[in-house]
Amino acid sequence: MIYLDLLVGFLKVGLFAFGGAYGAIPLIRDVVLSYGWLTDEEITYMIAVSESTPGSIMVNLATYIGFNQGGVWGSILATLAVITPSFVIILVVMFALKKAMKNRFVKGALSGLSPCIIGIIFATGIFMMFTNILPVTGVLSFGEPNFRALIITVLLAAILYGLRAFKKNPSPIMVIVCSAVIGAVAYSF
Amino acid sequence: MNKTKKMKKNVILDLFLTFVKIGFFTVGGGYAMISIIEDNCVEKKKWITHEEMMNLTVVAESTPGPIAINCSTYVGFRQAKLAGALAATLGVILPSFLCIFLIAMFLDNFLEIKIIANAFKGIKIAVGLLIVDAAVRMLRKSEKDRFSIIVTAASCAAMLAINIFSWNFSSLRLMLIAGALGIFAEIFRKARGGDEAE
Repeated sequence: MIYLDLLVGFLKVGLFAFGGAYGAIPLIRDVVLSYGWLTDEEITYMIAVSESTPGSIMVNLATYIGFNQGGVWGSILATLAVITPSFVIILVVMFALKKAMKNRFVKGALSGLSPCIIGIIFATGIFMMFTNILPVTGVLSFGEPNFRALIITVLLAAILYGLRAFKKNPSPIMVIVCSAVIGAVAYSF
Repeated sequence: MNKTKKMKKNVILDLFLTFVKIGFFTVGGGYAMISIIEDNCVEKKKWITHEEMMNLTVVAESTPGPIAINCSTYVGFRQAKLAGALAATLGVILPSFLCIFLIAMFLDNFLEIKIIANAFKGIKIAVGLLIVDAAVRMLRKSEKDRFSIIVTAASCAAMLAINIFSWNFSSLRLMLIAGALGIFAEIFRKARGGDEAE
């Protein structure tokens, strides 16, 4: 039955998708292909769509595939299935952590994990900014530098840090709205 | 009693609406959301502290599932128990649910719509910038002992290398190593006789 397949398939995705959306893509591909829900090409296309719509890639894929396979109820079911594992796990872990914080090994592990995550986030952001300006096509090989992206990067940085210099802290949401407008205008020529 | 009930309802509505807003603007993966959540839940609403946010990021990264869900569930639960967790989590997925729903129903050629595609090229640039900004802010508020600085720098360098050379080495393994190092450092500190005032 399709509803049962959707439920089990997306519970599996939600339960085993470690390391953010990009780390999870191979797993998602596996599950989706094994049920024959989408073809390989369709998955690639849907990942691109998911990147260009709000929300996490996993949830977006669940909604789309659920709708494709089982209509409105299918999409609701698949979406809820994909988020349920993290919903439960985060509550259990965060509250266990609060108690475990007194344990020096837990504290030690956290003292290593926190700076590591900061480093990973830093690297991810830098790499993302870099590939926007100079597309990476393979190991140490690059496409044409994108000057429009460079100018937009400088412009957005000027908006963000310029306003901050005047003590008007722009919200990240405002920066995103600005970037959407700038992108829509700048890439139309 | 009626009054507290009403206040509780307001908190739940506030959680729901705030996370609808956060969900709508979460584009380009979980890390971009960290700065939006920090801005809304730590600075504006003061629902959680910066330290909690840091721990939440660590836990979200080391457990399965999208960061968006992890964050909304925890913040919601802290404010209004299970009802709050449900309100925040349903709020954060509602915008993406509706968007994908509309696309699945009406827009087969969504990616070919020029103005949307162009807007997203711009957004992608902002997302990179916001992620770097989030990392800088975390760094500024983090501990600045020698161990932390070295781990941050090493993880950053390793992650950059993984990306540049497209190594098949997940960030999760990097985190395992860092966690183990943290435990060793703790044991070592104890063995040396405890408090190093830094």
